[in-house]
Amino acid sequence: MYAYDEIDRTLVNERVSEFRDQVQRRLSGELTEDEFKMLRLQNGVYLQLHAYMFRVAIPYGTLASNQLRALAHVARKYDRGYGHFTTRQNIQFNWIKLSDLPDALADLAEVGIHAMQTSGNNMRNVTSDQWAGVAPGEIEDPRIWSELIRQHTTLHPEFSFLPRKFKIAITASDHDRAAIKVHDIGLRLIKNEKGETGFEVLVGGGLGRTPFIGKTIKHFVHGRDLLSYIEAILRVYNQYGRRDNIYKARIKILVHELGIEKFSREVEEEWQHIRHSSLEIDDEVIEDIRSRFIYPAYEKLPHMPDELRQAAADPNFEAWRKNSVASHKNPGYSIVTISLKPIGAPPGDATAEQMDALADLADKYSFGEIRVGHEQNLALPHVAKRDLPALWKALDKLGLATPNVNLITDIIACPGLDYCSLANARSIPIAQELTRRFANHELANLIGRLHINISGCINACGHHHVGHIGILGVEKNGEEVYQITIGGRADENAALGNLIGPGVKFDEVADVVEDIVEAYLALRERPDELFMDTVKRLGVEPFKERVYATR
Amino acid sequence: MPLVNGGKIADDSFVKLAVDTPLPEGGDILVPAERFVGEADALLKRAGKIGVIWPNNRDISELVPYLGKLAVVALVFPTFRDGRAYSQARLLRERYNYRGELRATGQVLRDQFVFMLRAGFDSFEVKKQADAEAFMQTAKRYSVFYQPTGDGRITALHRRMQLRHSEGVGT
Repeated sequence: MYAYDEIDRTLVNERVSEFRDQVQRRLSGELTEDEFKMLRLQNGVYLQLHAYMFRVAIPYGTLASNQLRALAHVARKYDRGYGHFTTRQNIQFNWIKLSDLPDALADLAEVGIHAMQTSGNNMRNVTSDQWAGVAPGEIEDPRIWSELIRQHTTLHPEFSFLPRKFKIAITASDHDRAAIKVHDIGLRLIKNEKGETGFEVLVGGGLGRTPFIGKTIKHFVHGRDLLSYIEAILRVYNQYGRRDNIYKARIKILVHELGIEKFSREVEEEWQHIRHSSLEIDDEVIEDIRSRFIYPAYEKLPHMPDELRQAAADPNFEAWRKNSVASHKNPGYSIVTISLKPIGAPPGDATAEQMDALADLADKYSFGEIRVGHEQNLALPHVAKRDLPALWKALDKLGLATPNVNLITDIIACPGLDYCSLANARSIPIAQELTRRFANHELANLIGRLHINISGCINACGHHHVGHIGILGVEKNGEEVYQITIGGRADENAALGNLIGPGVKFDEVADVVEDIVEAYLALRERPDELFMDTVKRLGVEPFKERVYATR
Repeated sequence: MPLVNGGKIADDSFVKLAVDTPLPEGGDILVPAERFVGEADALLKRAGKIGVIWPNNRDISELVPYLGKLAVVALVFPTFRDGRAYSQARLLRERYNYRGELRATGQVLRDQFVFMLRAGFDSFEVKKQADAEAFMQTAKRYSVFYQPTGDGRITALHRRMQLRHSEGVGT
């Protein structure tokens, strides 16, 4: 956990008081809606289909139990008793009153949570691996650097009015759980031959209507130069990014139009000017941030405690353990993923009661810490293995032990037409129907790792381009039509999916997905050949044939 | 539009010239970039102070040869959403050491004052009278800053180092 100090708390409080003043000026008519729009967006407030939506930042996905309780409190007091965890390590509340927002922010500020820059054309919430600091084999805890960037990008005086939004993600593991290749800047923490910490820097990745996989702009930027290098990229983007067309304003378009070589020359030139400046980070500064990350006092515990051995006789426990429990860097401990994808429910939603109860479980079993991942699930990062059976029973009572993590019903979906004013099609009902179709755990288990991603419009909040099966809702002649892609992935081998053919109607989507899955089961070479590997081996064609032969 | 200079609402001694307005005999003038670059030698010989209005899509380094002779550089915010002039301001102050008046013009609202001050602006043509009047109060809204800029304010990272070192003395 990272502990805010008086300086951080002061800034958050000053921000709340500024926003209170801005809301008052809007309510009195002193600010026009056009003027207010940018200001509220910078504080995470959108005007949605039915009401204001409030998006709260969970920097690099780390939450303390008291912070989760504060989110539950906001859900209960100012909203309708639930919140929605998103693909960007945020939580959204959908039914909040504008006049309540300053109070909600003030309540969150008490526990060091804010909504700064969760929207708007500025540097967004920094995201990272939800297993940061506990994943085995990790080079170093990437959250130390995420926190450095969080601070540097918060209320940045030069980059708060960029051409468009700007997202940075960091990973420090071989297996990329932060989807760095589909971010404006992706950072991969590495060590050079001298053992010094640095970053491979990728730029220009992103989804939306023009998806790109990020390109490596520099193979090694030393940790001390990280901020100056990011600042150089941002300065080039701020000056030359397109502002004439909102659809061409992201940095990926600038990188694409200039070409990565020319773009990197511009950045390099800018960087040489600012590299050795007050932006250079000395070890002492990093050590100070590191010192404010508090790690649990782990005990020396057995790798296979009796409790776990005994519980293994229960097939329900085993089914859950197999896909929810991951290895921890300390042998007696585990990382437990908590599925927010129960069968038939909107992906990523949690009630206030569930959040409160999870906070209690985190206190009891995970040193008071919770993580939020981009797959819209939560995790308890430090669970002693002997506690797994008890934790499972407690989660089951809360409806939070669905054994489907990484299986076909662990669906990522945007809110779609049910909530979002941008959407052209529904996402949640598609996700709900698919979870019902594949509710049978044996079947889901037989299929193995398979990620379905659903977006209700071209903006791709459900990351459909990088779903193993991607589903994009569009509107055609007043009807919802869904385009299906296969073969996308968001990990270290990130790739964009390929369209399998013409779009299909709303009530055909689940049938089509079933066809694709059946084709895969028939086509795979071995039971352990994963869906994405079969697609890679065979391409789109056999799936296309299976889906469209009878349609 | 009211001008805030030195933290107070002030009179503007500068007259803005269009590209083709005849040059007045004396007095302080603000000239569009195009005209300034075209007639720089003549303009700089003239009595009275001179400033330039520089658009946000033109390379600010073009101004470098003239910076010592300019009384004002006015940068433009065509809308408050367009943040290019923040980068230009920092380059002028931090890279090219411009020490004259740096003026924010266009759609300048109170909610940008802190960002503008930190980027190096010291005068502001403010769109709304009420915003101009609220300048001092708004400018003091924040006491904590995370990023180093040329305004010399201590950043949170360095403030922490100071605190740590001062605590270290007694322990």
